[in-house]
Parts: sequence; C-alpha cells; structure tokens
Amino acid sequence: MAVYSTNEFKAGLKIMLDNDPCAIIENEFVKPGKGQAFNRVKIRNLKTGRVIERTFKSGESLEGADVVDVEMQYLYNDGEYRHFMVQDTFEQYQADQKIVGDASLWLKDQDFCTVTLWNDAPLAVTPANFVELAIVETDPGVRGDTSGGGGKPAKLETGAVVRVPLFVQQGEVIKADTRTGEYISRVKE
Amino acid sequence: MDKAWQPACKLESLHLRARVLHEIRRFFAERAVLEVETPLLCHGTGTDPQLDFFTTAYCLPPLRQALFLQTSPEFAMKRLLAAGSGSIYQICKAFRNGESGRFHNPEFTILEWYRLGFSLPRLMDEITELVAVLFAGKGLKPAQRISYQAVFQQYTGLDPLVFSCRDYGAYAVDKHIPEAVELCGDDHAIWLDFIFSHKVQPYLGSNALCLVYGYPACQSSLARLNAQNPKITDRVELFINGVELGNGFYELTDAVEQDRRFNEEISIRQQRRLPAPFKDKHLVAALAAGLPDCSGIAIGLDRLLMLLSGSASINEVLAFPVDRA
Repeated sequence: MAVYSTNEFKAGLKIMLDNDPCAIIENEFVKPGKGQAFNRVKIRNLKTGRVIERTFKSGESLEGADVVDVEMQYLYNDGEYRHFMVQDTFEQYQADQKIVGDASLWLKDQDFCTVTLWNDAPLAVTPANFVELAIVETDPGVRGDTSGGGGKPAKLETGAVVRVPLFVQQGEVIKADTRTGEYISRVKE
Repeated sequence: MDKAWQPACKLESLHLRARVLHEIRRFFAERAVLEVETPLLCHGTGTDPQLDFFTTAYCLPPLRQALFLQTSPEFAMKRLLAAGSGSIYQICKAFRNGESGRFHNPEFTILEWYRLGFSLPRLMDEITELVAVLFAGKGLKPAQRISYQAVFQQYTGLDPLVFSCRDYGAYAVDKHIPEAVELCGDDHAIWLDFIFSHKVQPYLGSNALCLVYGYPACQSSLARLNAQNPKITDRVELFINGVELGNGFYELTDAVEQDRRFNEEISIRQQRRLPAPFKDKHLVAALAAGLPDCSGIAIGLDRLLMLLSGSASINEVLAFPVDRA
C-alpha cells in the first residue's frame, strides 16, 4: 500500500492509524513562524465512526488504507447477515448487523447503497442520501391541517421513524433524507 | 467551466490591500523611516532549520549557479543598517518552500522594519500604533502585553523556562494530546512549539492585539539574550484572534555570537538531513563592521488582511494563490 506524507493529506484520504482504517476529514497546517511545523488532522475511524484529532510533525508519513466505496444492491437479510451485490460483476458480500449499523433502518430489498470495503471486506454501509419508503404506521392526521409546527412520527417499512406532516397517511410512500432522518415530500405513485 | 484564471479573492480584497499599503507607507513617511528594496534572489540563504528555501538555477553562460529565493529580507536589510541607512522599512515578497495551508502560501508579503536605537518595548509601542491605524473603526480592544512565561503558565500551568519531560508529558496526556510525548521526545523547543500552538496561541488576542515577549532562549536564533535573564530573549510575537501576525527582535549585533548561532543551525540542518544552506558571508561581514543598536519586526501582510476582512483562509486575500499562480 502507498505511503502518504503529511503534505499529501487532504479530506477523504484513507490512511491506517493505530491499526484501524481511517479517513481524513480536515488537515490544518500549523507552523509557528520560528518553530516546528505540524499538521493537525481531524480523522474519522472508519471502524468505530469516532472522530479524533491528532497532530503530526510535518513531513511524517502514514500508510494508506485499502478502503474503497462501492455502490451495491441490497439483496436480503438471512437473519444473521445482510447480503449485497455489485451490479456489474455479480460479486456478493455479506455484512453483520455490527457493520450495517443504523443503515439497516433505511435498507429495502433491491435498493442501492454504498458499501465501504476495507481489504475487500465490508467495513460500513451507507444508505442512499434519499430513499422512497412506505409508511407502515402513523396516527391518522387531521385532513386540511397544514400548519407548520406540528407533525407526527411515522414508521417506515424498513424500520426508520421520521416526523411527517399531519396530512400524510399510513400506506403512502414518502421521500426522506437518510443523512438527517427528515421527511422531504410525498411520492405520487 | 474552468474558473482558475480568475482571482481567488473578491475585488474588494484588492482595494483593501491597496488601502493598507497606502496607510503603511504614510505611517512610515510621517516617522521619516526610509522605504527600501532588497533582492528576492540571493546567493545566500537563511540557516533557520525551520524554514525551507526555493533554489533556482541562474544561467549566465558559461556559468551556472544556484540562487535562492529569500525566506525573509532580514539579512539584506541588516546590511543596509550596517552601512548607515538609518531606520528602514520594506514591503516585499518572501518565499518559504513547503508551506501551504489556511494561513500559509509559499509566496507571501512581508512588512519588515528596523528602528535604530529602539528597545523592544519602544518597538512594541510603535507596532501598537500601526495596528491602531490599520484597524481604525474595527473596534479592537486595547493592546495586551504579556511575557511568554506568564501567558504559558496562565493557560497550561507549566513553566516554559524549566523543562520537565515528565510534567510536560503528563500535561499532554491529561489534555488529550498524548501524541506529543512521542513527537516531541526530549526536545524542549518542540515541546514548547507543540503546546503553545495547540493550547495557548488560539486564545491570544481576542479582538485585540496581544504582544507576547520574552521568548525562551531555545526558541530564537537572531534575538539578543535578555540582559537580566539569559533564559529568555528580547523577542516579541504578535497575535490577533489567535493568529500569529509577526515576530520582532531586539537585534543581535555581536558578529561572533551570530556566526556561532549560524554554525549551530547549520549543524542541526545536517543532522536532520535538510538541504544545506549557504551561510550569508555578507551578513556576517556586515555584523563585523558593526550593526547599529536596533529593533526590528516582520509582519505577515496577508494574514493582517485576513483579519481586517474576516477571511477564514489566506486564499481569500490573494489574487492568485499558488494553485492558480
């Protein structure tokens, strides 16, 4: 694997730190006029999702991490593992709940998502930014109520719960943003 | 569409720069400080192990020699001082290889000036006056002056003049910067750089000019040791809103001592396998001829413009930062 020096650090670069694969979020060059230069780096541990700050002496280098994001189709859940497939190659991967995490709340069979592979094994799963899912459970709202403030919780077919306006009914399909967990709109069938 | 031909900064930023340059020139004209120009392309280089220079090839057949882009106009200006120029200032470009970031562009603008017969406190007065002129109407609070030792102790509880690997290490672990232990090892100067830049500097000069003076002796190659306390030097650094703006000295005039420090820095560069510098013989000779008693300061003009315009990155005040140059 390639080795990266601090002056090659930039957002998105994947590197190994303390034996874990990590992604650089932010890299700040810090140099007192008459002193040692440092790089203060914000790093996300791709295994745990935790963000840490770490300072390096400028010119130091770190080993790159073999981490790639691959778009895959979510196939099914066998109870223990969820299965994904790369469309072009039909190559299949499986990931347990620990790896899939909260993404499972948005994953519907046949939908596309991003699977992060580290040394060709799933490391994390990210749902598409926007998904269209049916509401399986919500209180009947008062029709005609379009007031801004309110809203009510609605459970989606994949398990996620989002706040929707009162006029949205059970059985309807809505579009939601998976990054914020927010309702966007109704989807006309 | 490719927009890289366009300036990175807004057009107002060009106007701000022009106005600031004008005000600086008026400030020094009123004080009868002479504006000078010195070469950017030089035979010698600075020896500071922390500064990397650009090397160019000068071709004048049949000769081919290396010339260096200067990292600061200091040496040439000191030669003028030794030759009897009187107090001088210069606004020029300086070049530092490998420096790029939110506060760094490898080519940047320096305002540097030297005042004959000025002690460091008197120079600090003048810096404060210039900053007041440039920041007029910006609501800066009155300038603060504090010694390096006091400010370091205030924010960390550590004594910067007494090095204790154990105390510094315990502090780093406690403050969630444990990587400092391995990174700094038993190098007092790097420990100070690390802790100061992470835990002190960000808090300096909140909407005010903060002048920090009396830097530890291990941190300054060209300043004079303080007459009362040889553990510190007569060096001052300027901060506004946590941004380092400039660095000044009560200048070293002892040619023998200067040569000794040059040689020490050259040997540090050799140990670290950095490009070998070419000691500026002319400066050593000028110091031998006699540098008058003086204080001098260099200010990063681009950073000053960042602060004046509330910019988050140096690119917002440069027409063409290095990636568009």
